[in-house]
Amino acid sequence: MAQPRPLGVIPLGDSAAYVEFSSTLDLDVNSVVQRLALAILKRKVPWIRDVVPALGGLALHFDPDHAEFPAKPLEEALALVNESMKPALAAKDNPGSDVVLPVCYEPEFALDLAEIAKKAQVPPEEVATRHAAGEYRVLMMGFAPGHAYMGGLDPKLAVPRRSSPRAVVPAGSVAIANEQTVVYPYAISGGWNVIGRTPMVLFDARRQRPSLLWPGDRIRFRAITRAQFIEMAAAQ
Amino acid sequence: MSVRVLRPGLLTTVQDEGRHGYQRVGLCPGGAMDPVAFALANALVGNDANEAALEITVIGPELQFEQDTLVAVCGAEFQGGFPHNRPTLARKGSRFNVGRAVRGARAYLAVAGGFGVEPVLGSRATYLPGQFGGFEGRALKHGDVLPLRDAAAAERFSKLKKTRDGTVKWSAPPFTLPDREPILVHVIDGQHYASFDATSQRAFLDTVWSVAPESNRMGFRLSGPPLGRPQADEILSGPTCLGSVQVPPSGVPIALMADHQTTGGYPRIAEIASADVARLAQLAPGGKVHFARCSLEIAGELRKDARERLQSAVRGIAWEYGKK
Repeated sequence: MAQPRPLGVIPLGDSAAYVEFSSTLDLDVNSVVQRLALAILKRKVPWIRDVVPALGGLALHFDPDHAEFPAKPLEEALALVNESMKPALAAKDNPGSDVVLPVCYEPEFALDLAEIAKKAQVPPEEVATRHAAGEYRVLMMGFAPGHAYMGGLDPKLAVPRRSSPRAVVPAGSVAIANEQTVVYPYAISGGWNVIGRTPMVLFDARRQRPSLLWPGDRIRFRAITRAQFIEMAAAQ
Repeated sequence: MSVRVLRPGLLTTVQDEGRHGYQRVGLCPGGAMDPVAFALANALVGNDANEAALEITVIGPELQFEQDTLVAVCGAEFQGGFPHNRPTLARKGSRFNVGRAVRGARAYLAVAGGFGVEPVLGSRATYLPGQFGGFEGRALKHGDVLPLRDAAAAERFSKLKKTRDGTVKWSAPPFTLPDREPILVHVIDGQHYASFDATSQRAFLDTVWSVAPESNRMGFRLSGPPLGRPQADEILSGPTCLGSVQVPPSGVPIALMADHQTTGGYPRIAEIASADVARLAQLAPGGKVHFARCSLEIAGELRKDARERLQSAVRGIAWEYGKK
């Protein structure tokens, strides 16, 4: 894997820094960012509270009141990233887990199916098939707890976001926009095109691993019927 | 061993210092909007720094104490209630009845021993968007009964030297309350500052911004002139932080507060110095703020100064309790 170089380190105030690798989305760069984030987390630096891999770089969130917090945090952050590059790239194991998400693509849940089919010029019945055939990776999490931005959508399905966001997208809605797919962890307003719904609970603070999806995870979607959806939802 | 809610107020929630380590799955740390007043309230009742307290917002609650309870209120000043910034022994059956905030927006009511709610993901802070943490994951409502962790903690009051009227002579300083408005808040340039046009860059620093009514624990919307970028290109979504100032296409800046989203796709014109976030949190809707640019080094110095001031106040209070 080629070794990307940081474009720069940008302070997010005095308590965090963003180490940028690319200002556009590049899946290879993102893959390195995921490995780097894990390598840095593994070092358990006492003044770093959180490492957030994002689409084109990663954020390090500091504890600025920690006794070991350095006088020049940006330089230290960059040094940490550079030192972690080698072990990150050498790591044999693929970071992240394999997750299969059951999705019901039936019309009741596929709120924007007709619109997507029209915009993408794909027959409606092919939208679900193409979506379920994809192999995805969690590129970044954000917007809401448990909300993953997943790359790997069939370019034929790449449609822009809805012109006006929905006030409430139902929990578990599976949606697409541009070349990504997301799953809404709970009912919230959102502008992505909804093509189905999963019965799984994406985020539950009472679970030991609260989030079903984590950065770097590899995701597949499996089509289920409405009856299966109801059964699985009841079992949650 | 409890506190009964007779009237909940506008937004009263259980908060602590928040939960760290989950931003990579999209969960912000959350916690007290004004961590300085929160820490002082805990110190005043002899608690550890991170014990859960009530965050009271703009219109206060009416509470009844079901046993003798040592309490302290710090942060915003409200009509009525207890003496501000000093420990008070609330007798069994007594009521804490507060009206509107008269200075500042958020007060913290700490009880000796803390509130008996279970930590969720390592914190007792209420996270309203996710409906978890704190008391049943929500703001308090009429009829709620909040358990206390330690009924005996009221005894701590006996350790303090008191005046003839049974109170203490000293009080904690109101570090985060505005003496006058607009308050001055330091910012460093955001990642996209240079992409704003010169008029917008100037307007951001020259304007006395007003906190819009639709502001909340997630973010403060700032009313003023709309800000724009000559090339309104979409930027790649990336991480955000407490105090990031985003500018969506509407041109209305939003300062991200405790319950903020952890990533965003809007350009960030500025990042608020962390030392000043607590002071911004004390502005109610309509409150006025203006921004002054500073370097990252100065923001770091401000943080250090604020921490040292707080630590020295906390040490002074601990000494009154006979702690070293």
